[in-house]
Amino acid sequence: MEDLRSNILAYIDKHETCSSTELCKEMNVEHQKIVGALNSILAFGEIISAQPEVTSRLELTDEGRQVADHGSHEAVLFASVPAGDGAPQSELMKSVPNAKIGFSKALANRWIRLDKSAQGGPRVYRQVESVSDRIRHCLQMVAALSLDSLTAEERAELKKRKLVQEGRVTVYRVAKGPAFTLTLAKEETELTAEMLATGVWQTLTFKAYNFKALGQQPDCGHLHPLLKVRAEFRQIFLEMGFQEMPTNRYVESSFWNFDALFQPQQHPARDAHDTFFLTEPAACRLDAEQADGYLARVKAVHSNGGYGSIGYNYDWKESEAQKNILRTHTTAVSARMLYQLAQQPQFQPTKYFSIDRVFRNESLDATHLAEFHQIEGLVADYNLNLCHLMGIIREFFHKLGIRRLRFKPAYNPYTEPSMEIFSYHEGLGKWVEIGNSGVFRPEMLLPMGLPESVSVIAWGLSLERPTMIKYGINNIRDLIGPKVDLKMVSVGPICRLDK
Amino acid sequence: VGRSIIEIILLGSRVVGRAFAAALREEYAASQQAAKNRQQSSSSSGGDSDQSGTASAISGLSLKEAMQILHVENLEDKSRIQHQYDHLFGVNDRKKGGSFYLQAKVFRAKERIDQEIGQQTVDPTYSQRMPVVQIEKAALCQCLNRKDFTDEEVDELCFEFGLELDEVTSEREMLAKEQGDAKAAQMGDQLSDAVIYKIEVPANRYDLLCVEGLSRALMVFQSLAQPPLYKAVQPAAGMQQMRVAPSTAQIRPYVVCAMLRNLSFTPASYKSFIDLQDKLHQTICRQRSLVAIGTHDFDTLTGPFLYEALPPSDIVFKPLNQTKEFSAVELMQLYSGESHLKAYLPIIRDSPVYPVIKDANGVVLSMPPIINGDHSKITLNTKNVFIEATATDAHKASVVLDTLVCAFSQYCSEQFTVEAVQVNYPDGRASIYPSLAYRQVDIQVDYLRKGVGRSDSQLTIDEICNRLTRMCLVAKATSDATVSVTVPPTRHDVLHPCDVLEDLAIAIGYNNLEMSLPPTLCTGKQQPLNSLTDKLRLEVAFAGFTECLTFALCSEKDISERLRLPLDSLPAVRIANPKTLEFQVARTSLLPGILKTVHSNRSLPLPLKLFEIQDVVYKSTDSSGSAVNSRQLAAVYYGKSSGFELIHGLMDRIMQVLGVPVDQYKLSATEVATYFTGRCANVLYKGSPVGTIGVLHPETLAQFDLTLPASAFVFDVE
Repeated sequence: MEDLRSNILAYIDKHETCSSTELCKEMNVEHQKIVGALNSILAFGEIISAQPEVTSRLELTDEGRQVADHGSHEAVLFASVPAGDGAPQSELMKSVPNAKIGFSKALANRWIRLDKSAQGGPRVYRQVESVSDRIRHCLQMVAALSLDSLTAEERAELKKRKLVQEGRVTVYRVAKGPAFTLTLAKEETELTAEMLATGVWQTLTFKAYNFKALGQQPDCGHLHPLLKVRAEFRQIFLEMGFQEMPTNRYVESSFWNFDALFQPQQHPARDAHDTFFLTEPAACRLDAEQADGYLARVKAVHSNGGYGSIGYNYDWKESEAQKNILRTHTTAVSARMLYQLAQQPQFQPTKYFSIDRVFRNESLDATHLAEFHQIEGLVADYNLNLCHLMGIIREFFHKLGIRRLRFKPAYNPYTEPSMEIFSYHEGLGKWVEIGNSGVFRPEMLLPMGLPESVSVIAWGLSLERPTMIKYGINNIRDLIGPKVDLKMVSVGPICRLDK
Repeated sequence: VGRSIIEIILLGSRVVGRAFAAALREEYAASQQAAKNRQQSSSSSGGDSDQSGTASAISGLSLKEAMQILHVENLEDKSRIQHQYDHLFGVNDRKKGGSFYLQAKVFRAKERIDQEIGQQTVDPTYSQRMPVVQIEKAALCQCLNRKDFTDEEVDELCFEFGLELDEVTSEREMLAKEQGDAKAAQMGDQLSDAVIYKIEVPANRYDLLCVEGLSRALMVFQSLAQPPLYKAVQPAAGMQQMRVAPSTAQIRPYVVCAMLRNLSFTPASYKSFIDLQDKLHQTICRQRSLVAIGTHDFDTLTGPFLYEALPPSDIVFKPLNQTKEFSAVELMQLYSGESHLKAYLPIIRDSPVYPVIKDANGVVLSMPPIINGDHSKITLNTKNVFIEATATDAHKASVVLDTLVCAFSQYCSEQFTVEAVQVNYPDGRASIYPSLAYRQVDIQVDYLRKGVGRSDSQLTIDEICNRLTRMCLVAKATSDATVSVTVPPTRHDVLHPCDVLEDLAIAIGYNNLEMSLPPTLCTGKQQPLNSLTDKLRLEVAFAGFTECLTFALCSEKDISERLRLPLDSLPAVRIANPKTLEFQVARTSLLPGILKTVHSNRSLPLPLKLFEIQDVVYKSTDSSGSAVNSRQLAAVYYGKSSGFELIHGLMDRIMQVLGVPVDQYKLSATEVATYFTGRCANVLYKGSPVGTIGVLHPETLAQFDLTLPASAFVFDVE
């Protein structure tokens, strides 16, 4: 190889420019090897230049290569026939490879003759003293790419005998490069500690890297996409000065989940169709709520009204409020937090947020699970109104990269006014609902003991929906639960919601 | 109507039959397959090659099977799929004597089909069921005096008013969607191509539940009409009387009544009248449990009326659309097979007495809340409609009655006028219905202005009054500082001045309000536990483990049998009304979820290193009757060898990043059935156990169909 490379360089030095086929003939090696040597010289830098030219040409088939190496079938057969006495046909047919073709060709060339009446069966004799193996010669020329010396008939014959076929070959036109040299230094693949220690790296040449190849995957763990999005939302709330609520409480009383929110006891959401009730523990005690009269105030506002409201006019039952459920929204925790806020001697304006699991006993499909994550934000301060609610929602969604918003009047049992939040979806070309919001009703806040001029504005959305849109997931079971494909988890990009 | 109901019932039972048979076949095939798998895995060395085969066998249903179970042929026909699912899920409910197993199959089949058709994303957060009203485009255009209304403009108007234009369709399209194009084509000219809008209305606006109410509200909103003034009048000849017998107190103590005189129905308004009753029954009446409405042709009856409760065998009458008389006992039997009535039977079934309303001649008007009598049924030609509504909640009954008469009194010869009926209670109390009460609410103007963020000059009192009137809330300035708002009997949703404020904001237009940021200054703060959790998640992921996210609800088997633990020993929270087996309990351990995740990812290159940090739930040990969440960290290593040293190393690493000194943390050998004998330890922190670690027991692995060894730990973060 090294000899071949220096031979090539010497040849180029002499001739300035040449083709790879020329080198082939000159060095008497196969074209493939010349190309290999050229590539290895090219890897050293701009020592030479090589322009590829694609041409079509004849190339040897496997059989053709065998003939080029060992002689044509007829020549082989001729050689197997002893001069003079000849040999029995049956023996030749057995011992000589490709004897059948060789026999008929040799017979046609009148190199041999067949005596059918010889004793012991048909016998073959030489008819000429010696033969010139033209076929083999032609094939050797094909291998050396000197096609010019072949006649059209010869080409046709070789093709017909399936000894050659049309192929495409890339021939290189080679010339001296700007850094032409006759001596090639050995290339190093890796920079080693030893090279650094000895300082030898300064004199070595290094093999070029193949930057098109893929790197080796690092062996690492991955975070779940939904929780990456959760982290991003938490970050946004923290940037906006919100304080996180303690939502680690899946089991909640109906009281805090519904009654405290002024949601009447016959409300459809309290049906077994929508809510998971429990058998163990089936009901809880509301001692603390009872102790300071809060329970009684809630009962009063439901059944008879108060605080400027006419109430729902029904028979409110404590037993219904005691029923344990899996919380249907994190607003149950918000209610607890607002109640605590009201118990402080002096009201402090507050911003709260939470992102946690909630449970709905609904029918399930590709986008609905019995459990999902609710994102919720609320602000409690004096004299907050709809304009503030819309303002803070706009700020929040801007941070998510969502700019076109509009608001639709809606109904929610515990907020009034209530608004659904719509954003314009460029992909779908229409307005889609992205969240819900409202001002908490006085019937919810005043029984807690919050000052009358304090309003609480709040909004909520699901964590799953933005995540599914972000990661292009159509079935929620591909995102949550044991059927998740971990490959999806590992290839998911980092979450930048504003991008 | 009668024939189509019968058709539905026949179709229904056939569908159940097929689904049942198919599910049984499927169960048989599944058990065969499972047996085959067990054989295979025991005879092979348990390498990777045979795992994918096992996976497909265990992952459950093929699409074809799923379609057979739900008996659907066309995946495009989503409404049929949903309908079949709802139906089959309902009939297999355990409470109705169905089988949990079959229900689970139905669920799985739906899941499989959903997976195939990859439904569009819908926000699951606040998916409240909103009632839908259908209104013909032509009718809407006519009342809004706009011939050239485009669908976009209607959509826009609905949006501003707080309605949602759900669908633009026609009679033909709706039938084609439900029963296929062929059927729709077959019906030919019997179906109309007139454009119909399906409009969702807010759940508390019962006055918008019919075309009459909806179009009137929009007309007033567009200043095309004044809010009507509804009146209840007492006829000179004396009111009709309804006497309430003491026996009703046992079952359904209240009744309210009204009379619509000289009414003329058109086919459209007649249908709307029936529809509104149905919608009220489904919403505020809570499936007739709170209130049940009966409407009668008064000219077939003679007052006074009697509302009483009798033993079922004493009630005999010819019910609506039947040809002979039945006793109440027979009726309960008859209707137990009728899909649209059987849901109401439990409301009275077990009571010793059933409610019944009769006229002076003993003619049965109705047996609420089940069925009316045939004798007094209303027709297109009925002129005088007697309405009764029986209830367990007097207030709601009055609201329902008001809603019904307000919407339909416009068809009376004397518009918006209703004839009152007197109800006499056993205690001597007499009430006159409908109440049609107008309520005055005085509201501070300042409150309204602040609520929408506008100053005196930006929002004058006159403008406030005008805008409120457009919402059917007639308002008058009573001083510079107050307005008096009259809440009409159609607006029972108005409870508090904040409801008036919302209507003002709607009338101004939410999107015309000027946004501003709240002035509230606070500092951000995280929950320490969540902050720690997020940091731990990062550390564990840095250590090469991948995070799972699994369900907080699972089956009893998942946390007990499959972990080789007795169920009684677990402080599990149990769910009373799970729709499928997967929601029986709240998880007490993260392990089952992670092992299931391992199972469905067995084809990935080994080893699998998974973790999860989430809450598990324990029943409280005290008498508070509550439950607590506990933050747990669990990790699993699954590979050719148990990899215990790696799991142990991760545990060490976690203790290291938590800053636990080496001498405060150690492992001490123990036996937990989940883990392999002699390969399990308690994690002790300052001498008390905070978790368990070990090589999983081969039978635990088998429970999750895992064929390679695994190690795990669970650890209490708190």
